[in-house]
Amino acid sequence: MTQPKRLEYDVCIVGSGAGGGIAAHALTKAGATVVMLEAGGWWDNSRDSKMFTWPYETPRRGASTPDHPFGEYNACVGGWELDGEPYTKAEGTKFDWWRARMLGGRTNHWGRISLRFGPDDFKAKSRDGLGDDWPISYDDIAPYYDRVDRLVGVYGSKEGRRNDPDGDFLPAPRPRCRELLVKKASDRLNIPCIPARLSILTKPLNGRDECHYCGQCSRGCATNANFQSPDVLLFPAQKTGKLAILTNAMAREVTVDDAGRATGVSYVDKTNGEDRHVRAKVVVLAASACESARLLLNSKSARFPNGLANSSGLAGKYLTDTTGSGVAGFIPRMIDQPRHNCDGVGGMHVYMPWWLDNKKLDFPRGYHIEVWGGMGVPGHGVAGGMHRYPPGGGYGRDFKNDVRRYFGTTIGFDGRGEMIPNEKSYCEIDPDRKDRWGIPVLKFHWEWTDYEHNQVKHMQETFRALVAEMGGQVFNPMPGKERGYGISNGGSIIHEAGGARMGNDPATSVLNAQCQAHDCRNLFIADGAPFVGQADKNPTWTIMALAWRTSDAISGMMKRREL
Amino acid sequence: MAEEDAMNDERRVGHSRREVLKTAASAAAVAAMLPITPADAERAMAHVEAALERQAQGTAYKPKYFKPDEWRQIRVMVDLVIPKDAKSGSATDAGVPQYMDFFCTEYPSYAWMRDALRWFDGFAYNTFRKSFMKCTDAERRRLFDQVAWPAKAAPTVRDGVTYFNRLRDFTASGFFSSKMGVADIGYVGNKAVGSWNGCPPAALKHLGVD
Repeated sequence: MTQPKRLEYDVCIVGSGAGGGIAAHALTKAGATVVMLEAGGWWDNSRDSKMFTWPYETPRRGASTPDHPFGEYNACVGGWELDGEPYTKAEGTKFDWWRARMLGGRTNHWGRISLRFGPDDFKAKSRDGLGDDWPISYDDIAPYYDRVDRLVGVYGSKEGRRNDPDGDFLPAPRPRCRELLVKKASDRLNIPCIPARLSILTKPLNGRDECHYCGQCSRGCATNANFQSPDVLLFPAQKTGKLAILTNAMAREVTVDDAGRATGVSYVDKTNGEDRHVRAKVVVLAASACESARLLLNSKSARFPNGLANSSGLAGKYLTDTTGSGVAGFIPRMIDQPRHNCDGVGGMHVYMPWWLDNKKLDFPRGYHIEVWGGMGVPGHGVAGGMHRYPPGGGYGRDFKNDVRRYFGTTIGFDGRGEMIPNEKSYCEIDPDRKDRWGIPVLKFHWEWTDYEHNQVKHMQETFRALVAEMGGQVFNPMPGKERGYGISNGGSIIHEAGGARMGNDPATSVLNAQCQAHDCRNLFIADGAPFVGQADKNPTWTIMALAWRTSDAISGMMKRREL
Repeated sequence: MAEEDAMNDERRVGHSRREVLKTAASAAAVAAMLPITPADAERAMAHVEAALERQAQGTAYKPKYFKPDEWRQIRVMVDLVIPKDAKSGSATDAGVPQYMDFFCTEYPSYAWMRDALRWFDGFAYNTFRKSFMKCTDAERRRLFDQVAWPAKAAPTVRDGVTYFNRLRDFTASGFFSSKMGVADIGYVGNKAVGSWNGCPPAALKHLGVD
């Protein structure tokens, strides 16, 4: 459906992902009529998932394409480069911008790593003087984390770690054989290795089946045993009869009246290129941090010449992403592994939460460690680089046998860490470029500082020590300082947050503690844009808890006729 | 006709004559393995190769990237990298050349393939004064031996080492992601299972985590 049926809705939500989905779910349950604009097309896992497809079923063997950058069978429609939707970068900026264009957005292909922020993460400036404090505390959001846990489901173990708060967990799956090997090494290095926390069901929940351990979450789960917005949030919300979803609807700008109240959203119907408008009493932007900032900046009017809700000038500013760096090791212990089904869930069963005191280090914030490896489904690229292994290359029968012996002997570690928001990392409107619908595009500015470089150096050293502790060997030398110790490009971890940060002071923030725009009381944001900073955890669970809290605020205000 | 005789011989002899002819290093070796004279073996070798050629050309697949002489050459090369053995078939049995043809057509990053084929032809001329395809099996193996182990290769064949690494990777990728190759490598996942109870005792013991 691409045209609204009602003359006016209570709420218009732009974006159907983690935050938008939670907002639609909560607001329809509270009785609001909601229209949701999604730039991409429809997606239904029970029909569209490529679960159980073998790589050899196509000549591409699962390899990636420009519109499926993570692999042919990966459940994402979209990617780094979208036809007709460019973005630009300032000279010297290394930033990659991921756009999912499908119902449910990035929740279709994400890693399901579902970590609560901890008390310290909301008050980081009070602790080390860097960045800024959030206007809310862990206690303000804890009840909403609980709700998300219970609605969506997350496995984990109660560990009592102060800054890695326990949730309402489903049982964690037993570690795989290789993960037990990792844990042994990790224990010897005094790095805590505990059950991971992923939004994959290990018990049936709310009418959804338990996982069947095929390891293919990233293809979309045909039985909805993992979290993605359409099946867990949107389709149940539609059952209230109050949710209208318009797909192929690219939002252009938020419209306002002369009094500066939002009146609705203009959008392009991508099926025929026509401009349309939907009226709503309240507008919620949840298009992903950068797209929401872009909408604010492109919604110019006499009342808001610098963009809607941007009197602070901070729309697009203090953009952040997770820091990333990884190491893969060849583990001789794993040669000649007895064959067995080692798939498990589509993600790690164990992980390492941040464990050190930053006061004793040359970087201010921490990171967690993700673990991967072993015998995965052989697709394009399997058995590559065999010349690096002890036999040294070769061909023929011996080589064929070497491949069998060395299959699945890699273990990898990826660090995901917290950056300090900085003034040099932001997005703005490029005055000279427009996308295919004439909507001005974003120009990115990005800089890592030594805070992040030193953190990533620590990641590299730690991962190499872990590999060595397992008796393994890393083929690639550690990247040096000139390569930023191998730090990821900005945006490439796809955890953008900021761009419309919360705060109590309208001069230094875009939104208040309810994620309500200081300048425009019926405008809210429910994705990662409100974040004041990152954490040593992924942002998604916090996006969802915060979106639920924001939705409750909206419902309350609507009932009290304050909007 | 001679090739029909050769095929009939195969049925009489009881094991794959084609296999013997494909892998034997010379007509003398063939004659040693089968109850025929060396002269017969020479003729049979030539006829069987031609028959296999026609059979391959007659299949549904028509390469888009590889020219006819390149198609012949790549099929020989991949089967040297991954031959048939007791456990599974060869690279051509698993459709590796077709897989390569697809990728070379679709992905510009495989443009090196043509250069690699030419490099090996040039290397064959430099070494044996004939094309790669005119070399015997033993000669082809001597060429490969000089580039297949990067740590031992001479600096003069550095390009060949790079091409051979890529060829080996590409062949292994195509073979072990094929249906035959997935079965061979022993991957047993990609299915629904009722529950997850960790890995079996043998797997745990192997890693010393039992």
